[in-house]
Amino acid sequence: MKNLALRLVIVATTALLPLTGIVYAQESHIGNLTGHAKTGKELYGRFCVGCHGPRGDANGENAPYIDPKPRDFTAGTFKCRSTPTGSLPTDQDLYNAIDRGFNTTAMPSWDPLTPQTRADLVAYIKTFSPRFAKEKPDPPINIPSEPPVDIASIKRGSELFQKLECWKCHGQEGRGDGPSAATLTDSKDQPIHPYDFSSGSRFKCGETNADLYRIFMTGLDGTPMPSFADNVKPNEAWDLVHFLRTLQVGRPSPENNVLKAAGGRSILAPATEQQPPAAAPEKKGSGGN
Amino acid sequence: MPALVLVFVLVVLGNIEPAHAIPAFARKYGLPCSACHEAWPKLNNFGQVFKDNGYQLGNDRDAPIYQQPSYWPIAFRITPNWHREHDSALPNDQSPTGVSGVSTQGFDLSGMDILAGGTLHKNITFLLVPSADNQGSFHFEAAWVRFDNLLKSRWLNVKFGKFELDNVISEKRILTLSQNGGLYQAYHYLPFVDPTQTGSLVLPAGAPGEIGVRSTAFGLGDNQLGLEVSGHSRNSYTRYSAALLSSTDGDVGLPTSRGYDTYLTFSQAFNAGSLGLQRGGAFAYFGQSPTRFLTQSGNIVPGTGFGNRNFYRVGVYGLIYFKKLDFMPMFTHAGEDARLTLGFPSDGILPTGIHNPTWNGTMVEAHYTATPQFIVVGRYENIRISQQLFTASPTDLGNLNSYTIGYRYYPFMTSRAGFAIHNEYSRVRSVRTSSLATNETTDSVFIGMDFIF
Repeated sequence: MKNLALRLVIVATTALLPLTGIVYAQESHIGNLTGHAKTGKELYGRFCVGCHGPRGDANGENAPYIDPKPRDFTAGTFKCRSTPTGSLPTDQDLYNAIDRGFNTTAMPSWDPLTPQTRADLVAYIKTFSPRFAKEKPDPPINIPSEPPVDIASIKRGSELFQKLECWKCHGQEGRGDGPSAATLTDSKDQPIHPYDFSSGSRFKCGETNADLYRIFMTGLDGTPMPSFADNVKPNEAWDLVHFLRTLQVGRPSPENNVLKAAGGRSILAPATEQQPPAAAPEKKGSGGN
Repeated sequence: MPALVLVFVLVVLGNIEPAHAIPAFARKYGLPCSACHEAWPKLNNFGQVFKDNGYQLGNDRDAPIYQQPSYWPIAFRITPNWHREHDSALPNDQSPTGVSGVSTQGFDLSGMDILAGGTLHKNITFLLVPSADNQGSFHFEAAWVRFDNLLKSRWLNVKFGKFELDNVISEKRILTLSQNGGLYQAYHYLPFVDPTQTGSLVLPAGAPGEIGVRSTAFGLGDNQLGLEVSGHSRNSYTRYSAALLSSTDGDVGLPTSRGYDTYLTFSQAFNAGSLGLQRGGAFAYFGQSPTRFLTQSGNIVPGTGFGNRNFYRVGVYGLIYFKKLDFMPMFTHAGEDARLTLGFPSDGILPTGIHNPTWNGTMVEAHYTATPQFIVVGRYENIRISQQLFTASPTDLGNLNSYTIGYRYYPFMTSRAGFAIHNEYSRVRSVRTSSLATNETTDSVFIGMDFIF
């Protein structure tokens, strides 16, 4: 009898486990804030529905007129994460994305909204994808302390830029005009443009060196930009960060100062001869911003 | 009699100034009205930040070079309506006492605003608002250029032209539209001149060719001509502005004098968790207006006013949120030189028993935003004279109470156009101001189809 009761408890607990996931997905937790999907639903209708659509599937009334397309929340795939590629983002990641907005897209910074409002929106956005009820995000990647900027680091970064063939999409001068650039699409077959470093504008997923480090170690899921976490060691990643900053030629930065003092761009690794345009990459994400 | 009623109606509705809400911005950015407006035209903090940033989202796509060449930043707003007006003491020749209660009602139109606004270039913003009264007579309600983020700082923006003063409690974004309710009394109140006391008042003769006259009927809600320096924090929690304005109450053509007014305002907001954003602020307007003009053949020569006398308006206000319920309390104090009130030449010696009038205003406006598509509005406002112009006048002469209640229902909420079904009732009661020195009450009932595209 005792065993039967125990089994019933186990069965009931097992049956209820998915529900705990649903409950978790109805909330968001950002620091001391707890966001509630119920409140977030109304806020979503006020602020987000025009682009992301009532079902969160990126089919809002404005979606046809927006480039790049809005994020399809139902796919549960997000560009800007602190978690490894393939993982769900943390609540903080989604909160940061709402807070920061996505530069050069139709997604503004919603920083003027109160933190509670943004937390409620995060909770509601998570209800669109069943992934949030079934999975938990992986732990955020570790970002080691940034080493000092020096010319040796920039040179190594320059060599990595050639070795990893970043130039194929971003172009040798980082203008977003590499031979593959025109062929890139996301997983929804929407054209997508590589970041133009020469513009000096903010990155979509942040603006600090640590943000840039995170971008190529986590990848931008849903886009052709892969994660380099398996190919690049942390110190190499920082070298790449330092070099990429020098591609933002008009932007004052320690990296540009160091490069200028060392004699300028001519001392860096010679550019790989550009190849004819490659076919569109096979890896695709969910697209949108 | 019909002619009188017609004049009454025209006067009533000619004064309604449509408020600002600009679908041209919504179309440009693909955001619904509700992104920037609690319920349009009332701004939320996101809209306030957008406005403070010079109608820019800051996503490196604000400059017009990124827009479709066919994009044209134009919107217009008008409100076909039915309304009923009642005045308890309207002067008329047919009444044995000279005044009687008069009502009128019918279908009508409001004035119309054409709103063109946006960016000329990154960090150079403009707004142009040709505005017509309900007879189709146009004027420029607003026309300004703003240089944003000077020295790469949000704290330094310069606006030049004709613009609304930086009133967080904005009359241009008021949620009530009727004759009585379509304005904040505290922004427009002017002291009542007791007719029983003016009989013995003898205006001194001016120098040859000069006459004394009050030159402006100032309104804090009126757009003014001048230059404004303003700034704000990243999320506009902290805001300030300082403006130097021509002393013309926004009238073009330099009609009065060469004087300048000053307007200062500051506000600070803080986050109160789930209750929402709370804001408190203060403002001060120091103005002057001429009391004498040069004349030619007995007519005023525009721009030659002199003998300026001072007036002022100061106040504090709050935006207090309890989730969907919010309150806008405002307390004001105002005063002006008695010579302005009387149109008394500045070099004349005022008879004894005359003082510079001062008055205080209290207002509380409440909103319940049930959804972004339905908002209920209620407002109570009073004006209390703290110093009468004439010592002999009753202490409550000119006191005023105003009550307004209404709702707006927005059947749809898109980024293309705005439409609201608007119902409102408003009453204003002023003490001893009828020509019989009795209290006067005016009532407005307003049903409007408020649309903007």
